[in-house]
Amino acid sequence: MKILVGYKRVVDYNVRIQVRPDGTGVVTDGVKLSPNPFDEIALEEALRLREKGLAEEVVVVAIAPADAQAHLRNGLAMGANRAIHVVADGPVQPLTAARVLLKLVEREQPGLVLLGKQAIDDDANQTGQMLAALWDRPQATFASKLELDGQVARVTREVDAGLETIEVDLPAVVTTDLRLNEPRFIKLPDIMKAKSKPLETVPMAELGAEAGDFLGHGPYAPPARRSKGVMVKDVAELVAALKAKGLV
Amino acid sequence: MSKVLIVAEHLDGRLNASTARCVTAATALAPQAIDILVLSDAPDAVAAQAAALAGVATVRTVARPENAHALAAVLAPQVAAAAAGYSHLFGPSTTFGKDLMPRVAALLGVAQVSDLMEVVDARTFKRPIYAGNAIVTVTAPADAVVVATVRTASFAAAGTGGSAGVEPLALDVALPGHTRFVGLAAGKSDRPDLQTASRVVSGGRALGSADAFSIIYSLADRIGAGVGASRAAVDAGYVPNDMQVGQTGKIIAPELYIAIGISGAIQHLTGIKDAGTIVAINKDAEAPIFEIADYGLVGDLFKLVPELEAALAG
Ligand SMILES: Cc1cc2nc3c(=O)[nH]c(=O)nc-3n(C[C@H](O)[C@H](O)[C@H](O)COP(=O)(O)OP(=O)(O)OC[C@H]3O[C@@H](n4cnc5c(N)ncnc54)[C@H](O)[C@@H]3O)c2cc1C
Ligand SMILES: Nc1ncnc2c1ncn2[C@@H]1O[C@H](COP(=O)(O)O)[C@@H](O)[C@H]1O
Repeated sequence: MKILVGYKRVVDYNVRIQVRPDGTGVVTDGVKLSPNPFDEIALEEALRLREKGLAEEVVVVAIAPADAQAHLRNGLAMGANRAIHVVADGPVQPLTAARVLLKLVEREQPGLVLLGKQAIDDDANQTGQMLAALWDRPQATFASKLELDGQVARVTREVDAGLETIEVDLPAVVTTDLRLNEPRFIKLPDIMKAKSKPLETVPMAELGAEAGDFLGHGPYAPPARRSKGVMVKDVAELVAALKAKGLV
Repeated sequence: MSKVLIVAEHLDGRLNASTARCVTAATALAPQAIDILVLSDAPDAVAAQAAALAGVATVRTVARPENAHALAAVLAPQVAAAAAGYSHLFGPSTTFGKDLMPRVAALLGVAQVSDLMEVVDARTFKRPIYAGNAIVTVTAPADAVVVATVRTASFAAAGTGGSAGVEPLALDVALPGHTRFVGLAAGKSDRPDLQTASRVVSGGRALGSADAFSIIYSLADRIGAGVGASRAAVDAGYVPNDMQVGQTGKIIAPELYIAIGISGAIQHLTGIKDAGTIVAINKDAEAPIFEIADYGLVGDLFKLVPELEAALAG
């Protein structure tokens, strides 16, 4: 079985995001970029399935600008067999990403597509569900446990009420939650090895996916700030303050 | 004129409070009508609760045995079919809505607005990105239905007292058998629900163990609060996943939030931005949580929390 893994490049989660003063977007120049944390979890899960002998090939995919080659090499260094770089001019919206991924799915015929539950830049939480719909296949979102048994996947999902388990026929789309696994660290020799692994570059237009960037974006603004409160010296002062506000 | 269809979230015959919040978001569009869609194997009880929400015109019910559990792959084609004639299709930004609505949007070939937090006009909305560190205004095209998930913490729940009509809806759609419900392990608790509680007490990594978390529960029970946690506390296994507050957990807006032994990472803070009053107890005076707390108290939680509980008893 082949596993296709979404591997988006995003602003690193430790970066303090600044909105540009003119409201046209957030500052991304000179800012550290990293793989989306949920996608590292997706890749880790795919690698573990391969290591268990349940998959033969793991392919990482990023739809990203031309300068994202090093990012894909990162995925190869972590252990993917091959990478596909769909070159786009700028960010694409989830429906476009799903349509592009569907083209790759049709070409690659994976048994499983593993994506993150959300990209931490747009926080959309849409692409996996959209891909599953367009592909007319099952989806198992927010996975915290994944077991393969022949042509069926049993997935535990983190839902508001607790943990839900569903069974889906393969092929299917699974999106990862944080507790699915802990991604491995990349070792130096693997970075060297990754240099000789196949990395295919495809201009997005060549895949023939219909565009789906239907939402206009902007202006951007910083969030309303909470004003800094006061420090109280002890429990008595805290309780008095809460009582005065009628909160306890 | 707008016409809104809201997909009801429900479990065990009870309408989830998120639906009433979607109604308030829909009201902001000043629409011609707000309808609610109830998909269930036995929709009557939920439909009656939905019909009582103020501002709702009609509740549409689809009763099929396949709808016994909320499987997105099963529900989505029905929602897409029911969307005909509506300008807006809303679901809550809960795990239910996040799972379902993008699948519906893709079937309809339209984009989705995730986490709608403010209605500017019928096609223009505000939503948070980058864990709430930026707010972007998005504009949906005029010629397509607007599919959105509503950030429930941004809208108060609509009141009751309404008396909408309930109409069964016959949908001729084939449903897939490729997705099957196996089970739900729900955290059983008599405490107020985290997402709707007016007071929440949360504990972080500092608690150090599942046993130690009992002081958090005890304080919460004293003031009738729901209980939450940081991701670190969930990952460490002190509490179950459904208690996580934050970017990837629950986004909540209680009147009072007490963060205990939580550092205040940006991913946690995004979950409590709309809380009324935030109290933080942390032994590190430099902890980022104090930058946003209304009341900060520096010290050892193992001493202060029992003291606080005792003081509140008096
Ligand atoms: C993609 C992504 C998504 C994430 N989503 C979430 C999310 O949804 N929710 C979330 O919470 N986190 C989330 N995180 C994790 C987040 O970045 C932090 O790691 C996490 O919130 C830290 O939890 P904490 O505050 O309990 O632990 P720590 O950061 O370790 O803080 C513990 C605090 O306890 C204090 N302390 C220790 N002992 C005592 C004592 N005896 N008395 C008083 N104070 C004490 C310390 O001073 C410290 O401030 C996410 C991270 C990523 C990368
Ligand atoms: N440009 C992209 N390149 C690769 N994968 C993507 C891209 N956009 C979205 N994805 C995948 O879809 C997931 C959810 O993204 P989103 O719907 O934007 O929150 C991500 O975690 C990725 O796995």
